[in-house]
Amino acid sequence: MTASPILEVSGVSLAFGGVRALNDVSFTVPEGAITAVIGPNGAGKTSLFNTISGFYRPQSGSIRFAGESLDGVRAPQRAARGLARTFQNIALFRGMTVLDNIKLGRHAHMRTGVLDALFYWGRAQKEELELRAEIEERIIDFLEIQHIRNASVGTLSYGLQKRVELARALAMRPRILMLDEPVAGMNREETEDMARFILDVKEEWGVTILMVEHDMGMVMDISDHVVVLNFGQVIASGTPREVQGNDAVVAAYLGSGDVGAIARRIKAEAA
Amino acid sequence: MRIGTLKTSYAADEALFDTPTQRLLLGLLALGAIAFPFVASPYWLFLACLCAINVASATGLNLLTGYTGLVSLGQAAFMSVGAYTVAVLEIRLGTPFFINLLVGAGLAAMIGILVGIPSLKVKGLYLAIATIAASVILHFLFAHWSLTGESRGLSMPPARLFGLTLDQPFSLYWLIMPVTCLMVLGAANLLRTRIGRAFIAIRDRDISAEVLGIPLLRYKLTSFAISSFYAGLAGGLWAYFFRVVTPESFPLVNSIFYLAAIIVGGMGTILGGILGAVFMTLVPELLKFVANWATPIYPDALAALAPVRTIVFGGLIVGFLIFEPRGLAEIWRRLRRFFHLWPFRT
Repeated sequence: MTASPILEVSGVSLAFGGVRALNDVSFTVPEGAITAVIGPNGAGKTSLFNTISGFYRPQSGSIRFAGESLDGVRAPQRAARGLARTFQNIALFRGMTVLDNIKLGRHAHMRTGVLDALFYWGRAQKEELELRAEIEERIIDFLEIQHIRNASVGTLSYGLQKRVELARALAMRPRILMLDEPVAGMNREETEDMARFILDVKEEWGVTILMVEHDMGMVMDISDHVVVLNFGQVIASGTPREVQGNDAVVAAYLGSGDVGAIARRIKAEAA
Repeated sequence: MRIGTLKTSYAADEALFDTPTQRLLLGLLALGAIAFPFVASPYWLFLACLCAINVASATGLNLLTGYTGLVSLGQAAFMSVGAYTVAVLEIRLGTPFFINLLVGAGLAAMIGILVGIPSLKVKGLYLAIATIAASVILHFLFAHWSLTGESRGLSMPPARLFGLTLDQPFSLYWLIMPVTCLMVLGAANLLRTRIGRAFIAIRDRDISAEVLGIPLLRYKLTSFAISSFYAGLAGGLWAYFFRVVTPESFPLVNSIFYLAAIIVGGMGTILGGILGAVFMTLVPELLKFVANWATPIYPDALAALAPVRTIVFGGLIVGFLIFEPRGLAEIWRRLRRFFHLWPFRT
């Protein structure tokens, strides 16, 4: 837990018109650990992910990754630096097979140019075959998806699609893996499989993990560090145990039970 | 029949043609293509060359529209760039034909990049309109520039190779067919590398593609460049084939023809570009044949040919979009699947 942070988010604010999606959000992600971002629906978790991966530009604040600022760095370059992610509503490419989807993850690290590609000589062929071997031996075996490697992604079950997305993110040579609801909509068995894969990625690959997840059982079981968002603000952070006992977190999820507090808040907002 | 596949290396599994049957059929096809000029009449040779030129151009458009998802109605205009460049170089400088072809294609690629710049901001119909605008500008330029012969166009000498003059379909066949085959093979190769994957990713989900490390503008422009390079090369071959290039050689209708060819053939498959272009080139000939046959019964049949052709083209596009949206390539795939385990299982 005392490891140096690989990702530092400081004072990030993001607004869409009058809606403040993120309000002065600051937290750090320690290297080599699993950090979970939790919070009620609409708390700004996915907006936070989209800001970190470079899809949204925050109005203020800055993000540092591996000691370097990400200000002005566009999404594809962030991916090339080792910022890999999966998406809440699976973003696989339906026109490609599972294998091609995974290969696509390596894009930013390949060097094949148009001419190499047209003739499929030398570098193009060498690169493709090396990539194929690495994907087969390190990723497909690891995630146990040998049987579907040539399937079209549209035909796969939801759980398998999530696993292919994880495979693609691993092919990106990630330094940090951002998982947006990796087990949403999965049954118990699929959830356990995915939790095991996430732990293995951390242990065997040494990749830092930042995830958004609603499944509290899984979050509390596997995370080293939890950050709680509510209405775009960080209301608590710490170990799973610390967060579970935090009054603000309990209030965010269950309400405070204090009628006076609600009345005061409504008055304050009206004023 | 094919029962299972056994491969012992990744290279074998990544091969373009991975079964012995496929390689056998391809070998037979190549032999047929080599024997064809010696047995076919000049009329059929003419058609074969025309088909090959259209296949080359349609394959280029397929990379842009079928694989990258950028709808373009500028393919004929890019062809005209190649054709005019070749004609001007041949007339003014008399440089060897392969240099002329490459220069024409390169110039077409550069103009393609310029035309593609709006593609970062506009998509679909709006991009199609932008490419129409570019076609109109190019047409205007060629029709009013003294270098390109204004509205009269240019007549050019034939291609020459080692003292041979390539001016008959028989001799041109040996230029056009190999070049087209190389172009199709190049496109197929492109699609098994990171560039082809980036194209498909942009077509399927451009926003996630960017987050996964694909710079959108760069790859959209790459796609435009390759597609118009193909068009320019096809246009150059066209110029050597007909040896007269006028502003009316490449009307907007031709761009629609290539779009129709990839729709009918099957967008986003290499085979689709080939089948579609050949099919659409041969349909008018088939209609001519039917009209000749119908003349004794209906004497005005030949006069009705032009309007009927337009109706048949339109009908084919609509029919394929409704009943077989994945085109002829999908029909071929179904046929192959049918015979996979034939006669034990159909």
